[in-house]
Amino acid sequence: MSVQPIAAASERFPPLPDTGPSRRRGRLPFSPWHLLLAPLAAIMLVPLIWMVIVSLETRQQATTFPPVLIPSGLHFDNYSAAWNAVPFGRFFINSLLYSLATVAGNLLFCSLAAYAFARIRFFGRDVLFVVLLATLMVPFQVILIPTFLIVKQIGLVDSVGGLIMPNLCSAFGIFMLRQFFRTLPIELEEAARIDGTSRLGILFKIVLPLSLPALATLGIIQFMWSWNDFLWPLIIIDSQTHAPLQLGLSQLQGAHFTQWNLLMAGTVMSQIPMLLVFLLAQRWFIRSVAFTGIK
Amino acid sequence: MPGVTLESVTKRFAAGAAAVDDLSLEIGDGEFMILVGSSGCGKTTALRMIAGLETPTSGTIRIGDRVVNEVSARDRDIAMVFQNYALYPHMTVARNLGYPLRQRRMPRAEVARRVNEVAEMLGLEQLLKRRPGQLSGGQRQRVAMGRALVREPEVFLLDEPLSNLDAKLRVQMRAALKRLHGRLGITTVYVTHDQVEAMTLGDRIAVISDGRLQQLGPPQDVYDRPANMFVAGFIGSPPMNLLRGRVRAGQATAGDLVVPAPGVPDADVFVGVRPESLHPAVNGRPSLGFEVAVVEPLGDEVIVHGTVGAELAGVAAEEREAALLAGNGDRAEAVACLSPRDRPREGSVIRLGVEPDEVHLFDAGTGVAIR
Repeated sequence: MSVQPIAAASERFPPLPDTGPSRRRGRLPFSPWHLLLAPLAAIMLVPLIWMVIVSLETRQQATTFPPVLIPSGLHFDNYSAAWNAVPFGRFFINSLLYSLATVAGNLLFCSLAAYAFARIRFFGRDVLFVVLLATLMVPFQVILIPTFLIVKQIGLVDSVGGLIMPNLCSAFGIFMLRQFFRTLPIELEEAARIDGTSRLGILFKIVLPLSLPALATLGIIQFMWSWNDFLWPLIIIDSQTHAPLQLGLSQLQGAHFTQWNLLMAGTVMSQIPMLLVFLLAQRWFIRSVAFTGIK
Repeated sequence: MPGVTLESVTKRFAAGAAAVDDLSLEIGDGEFMILVGSSGCGKTTALRMIAGLETPTSGTIRIGDRVVNEVSARDRDIAMVFQNYALYPHMTVARNLGYPLRQRRMPRAEVARRVNEVAEMLGLEQLLKRRPGQLSGGQRQRVAMGRALVREPEVFLLDEPLSNLDAKLRVQMRAALKRLHGRLGITTVYVTHDQVEAMTLGDRIAVISDGRLQQLGPPQDVYDRPANMFVAGFIGSPPMNLLRGRVRAGQATAGDLVVPAPGVPDADVFVGVRPESLHPAVNGRPSLGFEVAVVEPLGDEVIVHGTVGAELAGVAAEEREAALLAGNGDRAEAVACLSPRDRPREGSVIRLGVEPDEVHLFDAGTGVAIR
């Protein structure tokens, strides 16, 4: 039985006349790049797999060194324990609110700004755009305190609103959409102008429908960023009722003692929506159709 | 149907020369006006200014009696067909056709009625549910025309609408366009670099070069009496033969061609003879010696390339050099269109005649037509 596959393989790949190294390389059933990429992928997967393993172990096994890689039993009750140890549902809803609101805000406000930068000629446009790009190089830690003070002035400290507000628009989103908008054929917009469409109408009826791939990409990036954001929630949120998942999960981590198995169970649950978003959005990563109306 | 008037319109882009320079043009009610010129001559810029996509640096544009300089494109009641059609890729043909109407808040039933009407007129009924990406070039072109016509605009602007079609389709669409204009009578401005389109379609043509109007008139007039050397060289295919010559005592001479030029003062001139004006010489009539190099039979006529014993007019230095390299020396290249019966042998020397009233004379300094 063990010999079978080898025989089958040699039947499928009968020896070719030896014409040099290039011919021999062609016999690999996969690209040589995979020899490099597969180990890298494995390295990336190790923490994830470890996370899932630990989430199924007892507290004892989770804290042993060297780590136990094959748990004695599958303790799925860790998941319900983690769910009940903290108001997980609450965190989940807060995270969802935070992520969806910032995605919506970014798609809307970045589109508006990006369109202006891409197509409207106004005084100081290019200087303003360079300034905007420069803000991409400022780390969040630098503007953390001023941002906090502004949000405090508005009176949004310790609220989901305060969480969302500073993240409704991003320089990165504006930059990315501007670059994409500039690749769209200008004649489409000119035709729409002649056909009686206003500036805003052109953006919403012509430009955005043709920019779905770019919008999907920006939406996913923003969703991931908001969902995984920890620092800003840590600063602005004090109460459990307004905490998003990442902040809430940290409550499983005590000052003296951490329930690693519960923490990992919670983390696994927190990552499921991300996977879903990725799978659902995949179909938008299709080739742009923006050029098919042109000759 | 109003006409379109341009008064001393100039367009200057940020840096450099004027794209359109002091252009004045009066386009009549329901007229089919062609703007023709080589690429980069400013004809498209002129059209875009009429459309409202560019603002003139100076001058006035009127549609009917209304000055439209400050009127936005959407309020000018014009429609335009773009060179690359600019169909909305995310909409079906039906939605593309109906788009200008929906933008003007026309009732849904009326939109549907007009879309069907235009689709029928242009033979698009079968394609209404398709998207532009699923159409052939000719079909896209018709959809683009339909989208412009559906609104029944006051002025119809076309920017080289046939240039992306293959030769056969272009001939068909040219005829279709002419019929359409005859039926609808919409004031039309049509930009092209193709002189066949210019000659066949236009009520009048405006020849433009370097942003300036060179000549304006019915196609036949422009062909028969070109106003200057540029027009003479641009309109007509193959282009007019232009030779260096002079006028002395009422006689124009270029090489061995001598034609009477009564009343023309003595001057250095350029002598222009259209290839199709040349024919086998008749004794006692003006003629010139023609050394045949290449003969191209086209069936109904033969195009004969060769040289004549005169100097080429208005030749750039590199062309003169090329002529020297080709071993032509001081002979000028010339072209003649002859009947197949008169087909000469390659390498032979023949004498070709021309009627004196078909010889054009241009001022050697300014290039302006003398006669």
